[in-house]
Amino acid sequence: MILDNKSTRALNFFTAQMVKISRAGMIQLAVLALLLLGGLYALIIQIVDGHIVTGMRDNVVWGIYIANFIFFIGISYAGALISGILHLLRVPWRVPIIRIAEIITVISTLIGPAYILLCMGRLDRIHHLPLYGRIQSPIVWDVLAITTYLIGSIIFLYLASIRDLAALRDFDFKSGWRKKVYKFMAIGFNNTPKQNRYLNQGLDIMSAIIIPLAILVHSVLAWIFGMTLRPGWHSTIFAPYFVVAAVFSGTGVLIMAMWAFRKYYHLESYITKIHFNYLGTILMILGALYGYFTFSEYLTSWYGSEKWDMEVLYKLFDPNEYWGWFFFAAILGVILPVIVILVPKFRNINSITAVSAVAVFALWVKRYLIIIPTLETPLLPLQDMRSEYIRYEATYVEWLLTIAGVALFCLLFFLFSKFLPIVPVVHVKEGKNYAELRKVSMKEKVKKALRQREQEEALKIEEL
Amino acid sequence: MKEKDLPNTNSDRRNFLKMGLLAGGATIAGVALNAAAGGDKATGEKVKALTTDGKLIEVDSGLMEESHEHKKPCGDEINYRQGIPGKSFVMVIDLARCKNARKCVSKCQDMHGLPVEDEWMKVFLMQDSTDTAPYWFPKPCFHCNQPPCVKVCPVGATYKRSDGLVLIDNERCIGCKFCMTACPYSSRVFQWKDPEQPEKMEHACYTPESSVPSRVGTVGKCDFCPDMARKGILPDCVTGCPNGTIFFGDKKEDIITNGSETFRFSELVHDRAGYHFMAELGTEPNVYYLPPVERLFDYETGFDNLTDEQKVFYRNSIVKKH
Repeated sequence: MILDNKSTRALNFFTAQMVKISRAGMIQLAVLALLLLGGLYALIIQIVDGHIVTGMRDNVVWGIYIANFIFFIGISYAGALISGILHLLRVPWRVPIIRIAEIITVISTLIGPAYILLCMGRLDRIHHLPLYGRIQSPIVWDVLAITTYLIGSIIFLYLASIRDLAALRDFDFKSGWRKKVYKFMAIGFNNTPKQNRYLNQGLDIMSAIIIPLAILVHSVLAWIFGMTLRPGWHSTIFAPYFVVAAVFSGTGVLIMAMWAFRKYYHLESYITKIHFNYLGTILMILGALYGYFTFSEYLTSWYGSEKWDMEVLYKLFDPNEYWGWFFFAAILGVILPVIVILVPKFRNINSITAVSAVAVFALWVKRYLIIIPTLETPLLPLQDMRSEYIRYEATYVEWLLTIAGVALFCLLFFLFSKFLPIVPVVHVKEGKNYAELRKVSMKEKVKKALRQREQEEALKIEEL
Repeated sequence: MKEKDLPNTNSDRRNFLKMGLLAGGATIAGVALNAAAGGDKATGEKVKALTTDGKLIEVDSGLMEESHEHKKPCGDEINYRQGIPGKSFVMVIDLARCKNARKCVSKCQDMHGLPVEDEWMKVFLMQDSTDTAPYWFPKPCFHCNQPPCVKVCPVGATYKRSDGLVLIDNERCIGCKFCMTACPYSSRVFQWKDPEQPEKMEHACYTPESSVPSRVGTVGKCDFCPDMARKGILPDCVTGCPNGTIFFGDKKEDIITNGSETFRFSELVHDRAGYHFMAELGTEPNVYYLPPVERLFDYETGFDNLTDEQKVFYRNSIVKKH
């Protein structure tokens, strides 16, 4: 495959980093491996002793595992919506960041459902789902939607990587496995016009498919809660509320990942301040939208003041219960990103990343606050002598597995960046081409029209 | 019936016998025809067997062998997914009689081999408003006609039967706990660890009707004891109550009883203004409550058999809630 100068330069730049792991990289890998081992230890304890080792009990039957599940599916929106929409709109600045966004999607869609498995009492009966699955159950909708979504986002990531895989295939690597794998995965792509046309069509179709699919996945997830008769859950706006929260957190994680890779691989010339500003603006708008949803949700249930809704609200606004976290998650975590990005004086790469981190953490807390206070508020009075049945506290097993999930996310991301350039290297002017074509045709039309008018006028003059 | 009277073709006869043997499994459990051998192995020795329609037949012993494919550990062929025909179980709880003796709770636990912390029958102290007196409120599973738990189960492990019961098949349950979040009445209990059960119950033959033994990682709940109903015995919570608070019966027969008193279900519920707990949820329970009017006991007597700690706890919960 023949590359232009810019692509060749980028290829050389990234392959040099892909084949070696720096000392800092080794330390990071070791730390991640250690955290994963901690998770493995917790997993073994949970499998041997049963779910009694978690903080979950008969009232709070879903704990931070489900919060993590929603969280990871939420951040998967980075690739699906941001990358999908930017692709369809042919936004030119998207190119250096789409790979990061798409990898976030695939990895988090892999890790998220693992938490559902951790929450299942009988993992050994997982085959009962295909065997006895009932389409009436929102859990089955979820399984179908997430599986489709995962496959879709893998295809999307793969299609968007084929050009780079072909370039890597033709690059002179020392190791034999790389050559073999790249050759296999490039499926004979040679940058011919026909191949490019098909590839572009495929990408357009996939990005058009992935957007509604992503919205569906999080809607179904929200309906798992929204369709139960529980205070704080039984709400019609839950689906759009969850979707907005998901894009909000996805954008936040994308910004954080951009910042980390920019620092780690010295990508200052690829990922620039413009990217942070643009994505920051998107984050700000989504934050405002999310804040609006939050306000609307709690205002209506407070004003209507149905008995059970009020019990949950009292817990959220009680300084002895959840007020501190609620203030952080629903108020500070929304207002801070919006203000910092809105005011030009505060806006820079580091501040945008910092408020993204705040927003992402706030959204994890918000998922916790959606699940736990509601489950701690059954419709019948909580007359139980056992404090762990009244108040949920995540145990070390759950925390270790939560941290392990984040570590796995980072590890997979790290490994991926050693396999594929984290920024697409093959320079394609597809966006420009389309626009240019359109420009040319417009020019021609105008010219044609002018020519026609000239001729008509000439005729008129002749007639006169 | 002699062999020559049986239908002509071998295969017809075999099918006929198989069906009969399957259904009449209680009599000749674990035995089926040796289909492969046909009539070759006839020994001349006849064995008597009972068919479903009650006919006694004689079959050559050479045609029979131990069946493995149809052998169930429990030895019965009841389809537990279908209700007991002609039944519609109902429970009526007279709140005027309850004094929190908690016998329904402990008897139920004994019967199902439940650990002390698992209560399928629970007793709550309720107070509807600050102006009204608190009352004790025994609460089994409501076996709703519109059960939110059944709706959400991803594998059909919990299901509704024609006799009104909502049962759980804990051999199918995957432990997702969605039903527990869906049930508005906190009726469901999860086995967070391997349950400590009496040995004979651990090895009991499990059916969704007996709900014994409980299994780790699955959901359990009050099942209205249909296995006892089949034998004509009342559930232990009913017979265990010293005050006859709980009535159990059949809506179709229009009869309910607490073991010593028997009423027409429709009359009792009508005359005593029976109601559904939280009827506004639209779940249509099969448990009716009779309001706590003209009570036999002051609610304070319910504190008698509680520890001091429990007393404080219940009193606080009332004050705190209202």
